[in-house]
Formats: sequence, structure tokens, C-alpha cells
Amino acid sequence: MLDSCHALERDGWEVTYLDVKPDGILDLDTLRAAIRPETTLVSVMLANNEIGVIQPVAEIGAICREHGVIFHCDAVQATGKVAIDVNAMNIDLLSISGHKMYGPKGIGALYVRRARPRVRLQAIIDGGGHERGMRSGTLPVHQIVGLGKAAVYAKEDLDSGKIDEQRRLRDRLWAGLQENLDELYINGSMEQRLPNNLNVSFAYVEGEALMMAIRDIAVSSGSACTSASLEPSYVLRALGVEAELAHTSIRFGLGRFTTEEEVDYAIALLTEKVRWLREMSPLYEMVKEGIDLKSIQWEAH
Amino acid sequence: MAYSDKLINHYENPQNVGSLDKADPEVGTGLVGAPACGDVMKLQLKINDEGIIEDARFKTFGCGSAIASSSLVTTMVKGMHVEQAEQIKNSEIAAELSLPPVKIHCSVLAEDAIKAAIADYRKKREAAQA
Repeated sequence: MLDSCHALERDGWEVTYLDVKPDGILDLDTLRAAIRPETTLVSVMLANNEIGVIQPVAEIGAICREHGVIFHCDAVQATGKVAIDVNAMNIDLLSISGHKMYGPKGIGALYVRRARPRVRLQAIIDGGGHERGMRSGTLPVHQIVGLGKAAVYAKEDLDSGKIDEQRRLRDRLWAGLQENLDELYINGSMEQRLPNNLNVSFAYVEGEALMMAIRDIAVSSGSACTSASLEPSYVLRALGVEAELAHTSIRFGLGRFTTEEEVDYAIALLTEKVRWLREMSPLYEMVKEGIDLKSIQWEAH
Repeated sequence: MAYSDKLINHYENPQNVGSLDKADPEVGTGLVGAPACGDVMKLQLKINDEGIIEDARFKTFGCGSAIASSSLVTTMVKGMHVEQAEQIKNSEIAAELSLPPVKIHCSVLAEDAIKAAIADYRKKREAAQA
């Protein structure tokens, strides 16, 4: 989303970026205060990809409607994980993507409200006038069918309560880790969060090193060492997470096929490897000796 | 990231992990890096009166390359004279582990750790003689 905003700015649009609270959630008063008479569009992620925090979309939609501002919601991460109702939530534009909902890669969809308000879009691909002129080009039927079928299954998971099983397993993972290890910090709100996401900082253990130690589990890290930029996750920094802790964060994503055995295996493996890396960590040793890490004059490099 | 077998071996089976007595006059301690930057290396060298490094221990907070660089350095310096150890260049460490370009700073940190540990040892010696 940020890259799209930067592209708009290059085209001369003015973009206001709103800060979030320490739990990752947007303060509605911040939003209200930022809306100006010339504001055209508000764009909000329904759920964040790194920390899984869910924004109060219905409330945001109501504020946008009240001010006559078009509301775009990026629901890519949230589709199939939480119920979405574009009418109840006053969403005018909604993006989803196949690959995040067990559908095919290479297809997504944009919901565009046709009335009250009618959203008019400028095409980014011209020629042929397909899809009401919004996106010209011959349509890949197999991709569309795949996305549609994925949506049917996603809705079934929501309606049958199967998604709650992912929440149960996610909570089991968090509880298990907390039982075995100290100094763990959850990043983002635990209450307003996708049922399948867990983002934890394992203090005094660098994220990439931990990833190398748990290669049987696919996770990602907010550590700078896993990114080309050598900067820690900007999402975590936006929450006010200090760089020290951002470097130690790991994101876990559970899925439709995750089992309890796998979660228990992950708890055992993480417990062993975090303990091993902490034994090797000078920071953990210093903290255990009662040294305040903030009292040391570190040399930034 | 693609790492060499040597690097992975040093990461998975790190050599000389641990601590020496900071108060021992024969032990020099180097602590380099910063938690906010994602890597901190502690290297300790036990140096005898002839200036020979008898023992080396490390603890590192950092990525796999930082841990491997620390481990490698401890194996390199053991048995060396301090003047010889001071000559170790980060490029030797980087070459030995085939560090990817974005991880070169890990070898720089390891070189700095050796120098910091030796400097600490010398400071202690001078203080003792004074």
C-alpha cells in the first residue's frame, strides 16, 4: 500500500499517513482529524500482514461515509479469516488476492461500489473495454473459477467455525511458548488480531539466527538481517517497538491444514533453540547478571 | 540466503561458546556492536605472559553469520601471539566463511572484537604495572 501511495505522490497527489497506537490499531479520532474538505479517499488495510492486527473497519467506513470520502479497504490478508460485509462496513472499494486464500496465484479482485456512492475508476490497462472498461484484456477463466471456488471454501471455513480451530491452535502455540520461555513480547493487539497470526519478539535472540535454527518451520522475521535494506520491520517500528526487540521478532502463520501435533512440535523446537541461542547471547547473560542494557554505551556501527 | 557449508557448520556447532572470568588479569574482554543494530559480540581472550592466546570464548547476539564469524575467530586466535592476532583482517574471515556481501559487516565486527579484547588486556596490564 505504501508503494502505491508513493506513486500517487509522484503524480502530484497529497497523501497523509496516519500513525497507529502501540497495539497497532488506528485511533478513530486521528482519522477524523486528518480528513480535510478536499480528501478524496481513505485507504486502510483490514488486517496487517506482519502482525495480523485488525482495524475497526466498520467504524472507519462510517466516518468516511459521514464525510463523503471514498473508502478503500485492502482485505488481502483478512479474506477468509474474518467476515467481511461491504455494505455493513461502508466499504466502497475492496481488494482481495487469490494466493492469500488458498486460491490460484496470479489473480485478485477489486470490488467497486456502483451506487451511493458510484466509484469511477480510471483504467490502468486500456484497449478492449473488458470489465466495464476498468481493466481491459482477455479474462483468464480458469483463474477466475479458481478464485471463486477458493472464496466458497473460505466462506465455509468461516460459517462452520473451522477458522476458530486455527485460533485455538494459535493460542495453544502462544500459551506453550510462554509456559517454557521468559521475556517474550507479543507485537500488536492480541484481541483485535487475525485468528491465524502470531508475532512474537524473543528478546536477546536475533530473528534470523532463530530462523536458521528452526528450519523445519516456515516463519518470517522482522529482523533487518532477513531484509535487503538492513533495517528492521517498519511495521514494528510504527508500533513503537524498539529496534532491539524488532530484531528478535518472528511471525508465525497458521493455516487450514495446521495440526495440533505440528503446533506442539513447534513449541518444543522453539523452546530448545531459543534456550540454546540465549545461552550464546551476551545480552541474555548481562541481563541475568542484573546489568541494565540501556546503561551501556553501545557503539552503533 | 545461501550460506556455505562451513558457515552453517560453525553456526550449528559453534566452537568455544561461553565466558571467562572478566576479573582475571590474564583475560581481555571485547564487547562490540549494539543491540539496536541487531548484533553484539563478546570475545574473551586468555593471554599468558609470553603474549600467547591460551584460550578464547565468545557469546554473540546476532544472525547466523555473526555467530559463525565469532566461532571461527575463536578457533583462529587460539595459540596465536597477540601481535599476530591483531593482524587478522575481516577479509580473511569473510573469505573463510564465504560471507554474502550483505553479511560482510559480521566479519568486520569479529575483527573489531579481537582488537577490543586485546586492547582491554593491555589496559589491564598497564594498570597492574602502574
